[in-house]
Amino acid sequence: MGNVIGSAVRRREDPALITGKGKYTDDFCLPGQTYAVIVRSPYAHARVGTVDTSAAEAVPGVVGVFTAADIEASDAGGVVPTAWLLPDMKTPEHPILAKDIVRYVGDGVAVVVATDRYVARDAAELVEVDYDPLPAVVDPKAATAQGAAQLFEDVPRNIAFEWDIGDREKTAAAFDGAAHVAEVELRNNRLIPHAVEPRAALASFDEHKGELTLRMTSQNPHVHRLLMSLASINLPEHKIRIITPEVGGGFGSKIHHYPDEAIVAWCAMKLNRPVKWTATRSETNLTDAHGRDHVTKAEIALDAEGKILGLRVHTYAAMGAYLSTFAPAVPTILYGTLLSGQYDIPAIYVKVWGTFTTTAPVDAYRGAGRPEATFVVERLLDLAGDVTGLDPTEVRRRNFVNPGNFPFLTQVALEYDSGNYEPALDRALEISGYGELREDQKRRRESGSDKLLGIGVSCFIEACGLAPSQVAGALGAQAGLWESAKIRVHPTGSVTVYTGSSAHGQGHETTFSQIVAGRLGIDLDQVEIVHGDTGEVQFGMGTYGSRSAAVGGSAIATGVDRVIEKGRKIAAHMLEAAEEDIVFEDGEFSVKGSPDRAKAWGDVVLAAYLAHDLPEDMEPGLEKTAFYDPSNFVYPFGTHIAVVEIDRHTGEVELVRYIAVDDVGNVINPMIVEGQVHGGVAQGIGQALWEEAVYDENGQLLTGTLLDYAVPRSHGLPSFETDRTVTPCPHNPLGVKGVGEAGSIASPAAVTNAVVDALKPFGVRHLDMPLKPEKIWRAMQP
Amino acid sequence: MAHQIRVEVNGEVQEREVEARKLLVHFLRDDLGLTGTNVGCETTLCGACTVWIDGQPVKSCTQLAVQADGTRVTTIEGLADGSKLHPMQEAFWEEHGLQCGFCTPGMILAATALLDTNPNPTEGEIREALKGNICRCTGYHNIVKAVQKAAQGGASNG
Repeated sequence: MGNVIGSAVRRREDPALITGKGKYTDDFCLPGQTYAVIVRSPYAHARVGTVDTSAAEAVPGVVGVFTAADIEASDAGGVVPTAWLLPDMKTPEHPILAKDIVRYVGDGVAVVVATDRYVARDAAELVEVDYDPLPAVVDPKAATAQGAAQLFEDVPRNIAFEWDIGDREKTAAAFDGAAHVAEVELRNNRLIPHAVEPRAALASFDEHKGELTLRMTSQNPHVHRLLMSLASINLPEHKIRIITPEVGGGFGSKIHHYPDEAIVAWCAMKLNRPVKWTATRSETNLTDAHGRDHVTKAEIALDAEGKILGLRVHTYAAMGAYLSTFAPAVPTILYGTLLSGQYDIPAIYVKVWGTFTTTAPVDAYRGAGRPEATFVVERLLDLAGDVTGLDPTEVRRRNFVNPGNFPFLTQVALEYDSGNYEPALDRALEISGYGELREDQKRRRESGSDKLLGIGVSCFIEACGLAPSQVAGALGAQAGLWESAKIRVHPTGSVTVYTGSSAHGQGHETTFSQIVAGRLGIDLDQVEIVHGDTGEVQFGMGTYGSRSAAVGGSAIATGVDRVIEKGRKIAAHMLEAAEEDIVFEDGEFSVKGSPDRAKAWGDVVLAAYLAHDLPEDMEPGLEKTAFYDPSNFVYPFGTHIAVVEIDRHTGEVELVRYIAVDDVGNVINPMIVEGQVHGGVAQGIGQALWEEAVYDENGQLLTGTLLDYAVPRSHGLPSFETDRTVTPCPHNPLGVKGVGEAGSIASPAAVTNAVVDALKPFGVRHLDMPLKPEKIWRAMQP
Repeated sequence: MAHQIRVEVNGEVQEREVEARKLLVHFLRDDLGLTGTNVGCETTLCGACTVWIDGQPVKSCTQLAVQADGTRVTTIEGLADGSKLHPMQEAFWEEHGLQCGFCTPGMILAATALLDTNPNPTEGEIREALKGNICRCTGYHNIVKAVQKAAQGGASNG
């Protein structure tokens, strides 16, 4: 059974999902259930005067209409906190319903609860709010200008924090002595996550027990419970049960603690009846935390041979109207520290301003800081190729961290544990037929072909499984970043695993059962995985940041090993052998060198529960818990290559090929790993070619529906060509890294580099994403 | 004002009173408890709510329940033959054509409808036919493979 790890096992999640039997939050209905609709500000910035709820209250079927005044009059905390505190950061209060001022279109001002979802919407239309509009500011750099609209009285120039890393003087000196310098000013486009399932919550309150049960769309139910209890509603943590049933995608957007779920919980307690809220797509687009939105100036210095001497980056990062849960970490710890990429760079300096804008809050979205960093580094490497006259692959190759230099300490505080970058580049070049592509490009340029060919390379690194907790704490995290697992072995030898990871499409039930079955040598169907319920599972940190296999999986492996250790003691006792002589293999404990002296897994488990004859001082039963705190991040890497054709007359881009060579360490289920790569790549291609959240100067979201915001659809993408190299992680028990975000980190730079490469004959050095035909067409005009 | 409608859903005749403005998807989900049909956008743009009306794929979030009066509606719950999966469902499972599963019911119904009219589509035809159904997880790669596999197995309903 050992080989179950590494097999493309079909997912056990799927039978329910392909037959429509999977239950998402909105699929649950409770007796006496009511429906909440949140009344939202149509202004980006305004003073709120009177809120007249009388007409709404008079609608038959309405059971309650509440405003900030009602929350304040209650004993609830009534706010959503940020959970990442940078030094000297301003942390203005974020009430769950806006009090005196609304700060973005979508900020909630009232909630209407009715017995019917249509009636609730009707009544919400009748809530009269007296707004006095204030000026808006939507650009993260413009927000810092003197005279820009100010969101909070005590936050001058809207600067929530200033943060830097690296050595400014050393970097300046590197630039002074450089043979070549290249620079770029770029904008990393604001994105809307667009999980296909909108956020939803269904709260019910048991007044006799004083317990709240909240089903909700969450990637980390224990974190939500903790923040809910600490700041939002008035209930102790143990009286709140959060259940995440099937969750229809997250991509970061369901990590964060938003006002809406807290409002629903508050209403259920206030009304003492179940309350359901399901976001519309428009609400999702207005209020889900957006991603990216950086304004950056980046420079690279090189010597005459194309060796990088220094890198300097200045970035204004939008925080939006309030500091969302992990928002401050994204453009700092997850961005600045990644700016060494795959390269040995002797001097780096990064400065970041996190600024408030009258827009939806910005927080972690697939990749979270790392796509932005990779985009900066990989755009600069292409420009470095231009100024040195080297092929983009050659300038990268000359600067890769030497495989003999791992672990490698970068100038921006990370210690890369392992890596071997050239083989992944070579494999990607081989699959793509890079040499022939360049020849084809040359031919087309000479013949004046109507289809411009562009080839873009992106050599990326990802730091995921953020750890250890002590370091995270020193960097501002108000939480540990470990993961938990409880391994409960039943008397007949089957196993239930309770994991703090919380899947929303990643296939954890399959992958995790492979880890357990593989390690124990039992059948997959003897393993059950329980997740996403704070009533069943011990505290856990959830699923985000490509952490579940590396941290959650390692917690499970550690717990299983503890179970085996106890089993070994019992087997030694049963076999009258020394404990150190017992080997455990393929579900059997045997005496080293005497394979006939053996006890099967089931016999040992049963002995643990019968407890008729256990070693002295041993407790009965077989159940172990592990809280696994990794010693370092894990560092997946790879090379992706995009090949595009651009129509010379229309500027339209066709992505004709996409090659992804990833190194995610050991692989538990290659089918699932490839699926993660595909999805991530597609999301990054979306960012490069189509996606952009656009606010007008008044702070109105112009891309509030799927008509205006273009997510990738099937006809815009090719099939992907994927492969892997394998450099195991040296510091976790599985040798695994992360894979969930890799594609979205690599592909924006690969595609953009390809488009710019195609446009080189027109003198184009850089274009900002999304690379829409009009922008490209304009760039081609003389 | 309530209207009486009669709809055959997954082979069973349902006679109900519905408000004129009730959406078909809410009729299916709230009144009949068929929650396999999901709502992703309420604007016909994501395809999560795709069902068949008289064998044709339709986005049920922008159809009124009263418009379905007198028709035959098939939802994802009605696709399998008892406990035997439809070949398209089997192919999605086999090819890892889903991750979070939220778009999957609509995607499977749209893909099956394609094979009804075009039993051997090219990759381009598959991608063109499914462009009204958004999947944010898979990058469509394995969805295309699943449809190809189902086509090879003769998965059309025709």
